[in-house]
Amino acid sequence: MSRSGAEPFADRALERAPERTLEQALARVAEFNGRLGAFASIEAQRARAIAAAQAEVEASAQPLRGLSFAVKANLCWRGVETNAASAVLAGYRAPYSATAVERALASGATPLGVTNMDEFGFGSSGENSALGPTRNPWDLSRSPGGSSSGAAAAVAAGLVDFALGSDTGGSVRQPAALCGVSGFKPSYGRIPRWGLIAFASSLDCVGILAREVERIERVLAALSGEDPRDGTSLAEPPLTPLAPRSLRGLRIGVPREHFEAGVDPRVAQCVRAALAHCEREGALVRELELPHTRYASPCYYVVASAEASSNLARYDGVRYGARVEGDGTLQGMIEATRSRGLGPEARRRVALGSFVLSSGYYEAWYVHALKVRRAIARDFERAFESVDVLVGPTSPTLAFELGARTEDPLAMYAADVLTTPASLAGLPALSTPCGLVREGSADLPVGMQWIGPAGADALVLACGAAWQRASEHHRALPPLHASASAS
Amino acid sequence: MSPAQLPPPGWKVVIGLETHCQLATSTKLFCGCANQFGAPPNTQVCAVCSGQPGALPQFNGEALELGLRAALALDARVPARTKFDRKHYFYCDLPKGYQISQYDEPLCTGGGIALAGGKFVRLARIHLEEDAGKAIHDRGASSLVDLNRAGVPLIEAVTEPDLSSPQEAHEYLVALKEILQFAGVSECDMEKGSLRCDVNVSVQREGGPRGVKVEIKNLNSFANVVAALEHEIARQVQLVEAGGAVQQETRLFDADARVTRTMRTKEDAHDYRYFPDPDLPPITLAREHVERVRSRIPELPAARRQRYMAALGLSEYDARLVTQSRASSDWFEAALRHSDAPKELANWLNNEVAALFSEPASGVRTLDELPFKPFDLAELVELARAGRVTRAGARTILRAMLARPLAPRELMRELGLEASNDAAQLERWCREALVGRDRIAADVRAGQDKALGALIGPVLKLAGGKADPVAVRETLLRLIRTP
Repeated sequence: MSRSGAEPFADRALERAPERTLEQALARVAEFNGRLGAFASIEAQRARAIAAAQAEVEASAQPLRGLSFAVKANLCWRGVETNAASAVLAGYRAPYSATAVERALASGATPLGVTNMDEFGFGSSGENSALGPTRNPWDLSRSPGGSSSGAAAAVAAGLVDFALGSDTGGSVRQPAALCGVSGFKPSYGRIPRWGLIAFASSLDCVGILAREVERIERVLAALSGEDPRDGTSLAEPPLTPLAPRSLRGLRIGVPREHFEAGVDPRVAQCVRAALAHCEREGALVRELELPHTRYASPCYYVVASAEASSNLARYDGVRYGARVEGDGTLQGMIEATRSRGLGPEARRRVALGSFVLSSGYYEAWYVHALKVRRAIARDFERAFESVDVLVGPTSPTLAFELGARTEDPLAMYAADVLTTPASLAGLPALSTPCGLVREGSADLPVGMQWIGPAGADALVLACGAAWQRASEHHRALPPLHASASAS
Repeated sequence: MSPAQLPPPGWKVVIGLETHCQLATSTKLFCGCANQFGAPPNTQVCAVCSGQPGALPQFNGEALELGLRAALALDARVPARTKFDRKHYFYCDLPKGYQISQYDEPLCTGGGIALAGGKFVRLARIHLEEDAGKAIHDRGASSLVDLNRAGVPLIEAVTEPDLSSPQEAHEYLVALKEILQFAGVSECDMEKGSLRCDVNVSVQREGGPRGVKVEIKNLNSFANVVAALEHEIARQVQLVEAGGAVQQETRLFDADARVTRTMRTKEDAHDYRYFPDPDLPPITLAREHVERVRSRIPELPAARRQRYMAALGLSEYDARLVTQSRASSDWFEAALRHSDAPKELANWLNNEVAALFSEPASGVRTLDELPFKPFDLAELVELARAGRVTRAGARTILRAMLARPLAPRELMRELGLEASNDAAQLERWCREALVGRDRIAADVRAGQDKALGALIGPVLKLAGGKADPVAVRETLLRLIRTP
């Protein structure tokens, strides 16, 4: 099974002639999207114009030349409807592009369209979308995870070479795991947030999904680096990938809490098998404890909802998006616009967030949550005194049936119990495929999560790439995949 | 109740002020849009200040510089760290649904202003925040919003409740405005809305318990601050004297009707849900940085007045007049670089030049609008001082300077106003004036020097502005006393 050694990855997609393959790629998206619901819009004309402009530029100046990609619906793309899958932003065309989109375009990658998501990032199934659900290419009756639902499904189905997502509490990693692809949430601030429609500003990260980790490394090199338009972006130059390494000598910590209550035993077993594989490759694996893990989810929902309630205050119908006139007064118009324009989960988060910030409750909820957040970060700091990376499952469950959790918000919130800790601590974290589990008539992917110390994005990716050189799990393709396309 | 009776006998008035002041930065607080008054609506607007999805604030270092100048000019304590918070409320002129302001870690605390009577008005704090846009509701069925002002940097200076009369409030505001103008922090131009005031006022009987505080918002002139306070104090006193109780509330001042009206009561007070803005990392204020800012603060009005009196010999009256605005003081100093006569210069500036501003025919209302330069005035003052031109002649030249771009010296020659040094000519004018005025000459001879005035006038008239009154007086005395 293993393909050890450290030869550099040859990204064959980079050698394709973009003009020739663009039409095929667009045709495949059009063919598959009816079944997947991965794309909110297919931007064929724009893609052609961009590819033509890119062809005018020296190829050597475009490190991502020839790669196709998709833009999550919460990343502003100038002139394109960027509605974060919310009715309140229906028809909103961004007047500017996000830094991540700008940089991807400047690097020669060609965007095919905008991907579906949970409204503003609120959800773990893709079902909280004003545009309808996205389906999992491994089993169309199941959710691809979320909130970067369309991004993960599009990459899994082979419709794009990579996808831009966003990860606030697991929104790149969890759908990547459930769709059997790789998904990376960088250190907070690594990829500037300028143009990322805010959910929770202190947690939001632009993330990257692709099948191969080495492709993520390449894309990250193009997207990372300080941007003066984002005061929270890391004051560092673009990240250069580390030289390929093996897993030999890598000190892997396995947080006991990441295998505890709520984790499907089949998922736990699959990740343990992967860890055993890492040991055979020479990694030093040991268990350790992250004692505050169980507080991560409540802490996350307080902090993230507080920030969300504030960030969503601008959707008042005054300047852009959909307006509902209501009783004709200003307050009436704002109330009607927000009541009708924001979906149920968005309204729930706004209500929760407004509550924890309100006078009399602020100290007990918001300030308390900030203390817990620091305690969680300290758990990680202590752990990284003795290990290089932490590994555990990404999602506690396999991909679940569409509709299975929509009536139970707490069950939905449990989906990111293993991803929120790294988000709260601002750490780089990667999900890579590590096996399939048979359920009913479907094979469903399992993802393993690699968490690194603050700023050690390159290390985390180098580990993931080493894992992929040592394993074949990421090569497993879902039943619905572009390689099986008639066109 | 007339203003003269405030505070009314037996009552004590407690006033605190919150003054919002737009900073004179070139760009807005969190984006690159111009901070300029008077542009067509919504032409100084971008993704950031119009609250587009995904846009992030970028902090403007110039606003920090000016805010720190204000802090240091007012002797406030600057902390090692300051941060921004979000203040939430919904209104059509507030693009993000929150205002970026400062809550519990403001730019500075303490400091204050000494009033002329010796009272020190303490400042609680000064914080930085962004202005909202402007909503216009009186143009037909729909309301209009202009976002040019949205995101303009403000400082809010909050006093302790140290003021005890509308007059003191006025004095504090004048002093605050002077300091902020001199420090280059703000234009403090109320007509452009760059200075706005909220007041808190309560009344209590002498020796009695503390009164209930009422806030009056959005006063846009010093006169309105005084008028609103006078009316609110009278209202509260009358209310309590009639056995009523003051409600804690926010009121608005109707400048036309000259009354205050309830805007909202305590029950429907906003919960602003302040929390630290996660888009803006806290700002570290290094000592060295703060000291560098201090070194860049221009000399403040009190220091200038002291210097004018001590080093230049100006009277307190003249020194105060010259320093009534930064523009006036700077103009004076520019002229001074070309003159050795500070007292005369101040005198001319405060009297002759100031007189022009109240003459409609002059066509000028401010120093900025003068067509001549400070050194021109210095030259004119020098001509008058050296006796080259009489004061009356100099006044004529000053008015000519408004119309023609010539140096005072040239205008003097052209207008034939050069004072005559010709003693024989002067004597001829004096003799002519004495003809038929023997009675007056006799009075002078009898020791009544005052009578001389009735002779000097006719001489000056005969000389057509070329005779120096002092020389005329001497010549007349000599002619009258010499038999």
